[in-house]
Amino acid sequence: MNLDMLMYLIPSLIMFACGVFGFITRRNLIAILISLELMLNAVDLNFVIFNRFLFPGELEGMFFTLFSIGIAAAETALAIAIIINIFRAVKNVDVKEITKLKF
Amino acid sequence: MESIGNIVLYFVVSLVIIIFSVMAVTTRKILRAATYLLFVLLGTAVFYFQLGYEFLGAVQIAVYAGGILVLFVFSILLTQHPADDSKVLTMHRRFVGILASLLGVALLGYALYTMPFAEGMSLQTALTANDVDMQMIGSKLLSTDKFGYMLPFEAVSVLLLACIIGGIAIARKR
Repeated sequence: MNLDMLMYLIPSLIMFACGVFGFITRRNLIAILISLELMLNAVDLNFVIFNRFLFPGELEGMFFTLFSIGIAAAETALAIAIIINIFRAVKNVDVKEITKLKF
Repeated sequence: MESIGNIVLYFVVSLVIIIFSVMAVTTRKILRAATYLLFVLLGTAVFYFQLGYEFLGAVQIAVYAGGILVLFVFSILLTQHPADDSKVLTMHRRFVGILASLLGVALLGYALYTMPFAEGMSLQTALTANDVDMQMIGSKLLSTDKFGYMLPFEAVSVLLLACIIGGIAIARKR
């Protein structure tokens, strides 16, 4: 039995689908952010898998994932700062309750 | 032919990733969702190790499991009671979510299944083709030649600085 590319892509595909499901159904801002991390992580894993199995002599996919992890960290920090600020303003992080900017 | 340990490791880790990513988006307690996300990220790190990218696995554990997860737990504890259950999903919302994700799985699964370059080399041959050593990563990260990554490296450092200042400016008390 050989471990080929398709076998590694399947868990990543399911991870991405779970992220989509959570992003659509969740109401809490932090839970939405967690789903977003799941999707980002699936994409990172895909870059590495394609790099390893299609172009094993190169390092491009690995570097892309490396920078993507760094940018994901920055994005999460800013998003959590915004969420804490929203919590100060309306005492809630539920997307249904945040209607102050509604016209 | 792979070694039996590699195959067992693959099945255990992919099962962990699948189960915990489903649980992370279906559990009703938010702190548990963050914990399940941690297990998914660690499983991904094991895949990186298995695919031969040791440095990337270490970065994944240090940045994601060590940094982002702690941020998540902090913000959960700051903004809500962690023992509270979220509201039960309405049928309509659950239907839309399941439809979207199943449609995505079907479409992407079909694309993967019919992909012409899918059956190429096995992990064994791919791993022997190139050994990623730390010296190569370092010299590529700081080189200005073709396939060098000096410019994105510096751009990310500026981005992180902007992110620090932005985070302080947004979240501080007035």
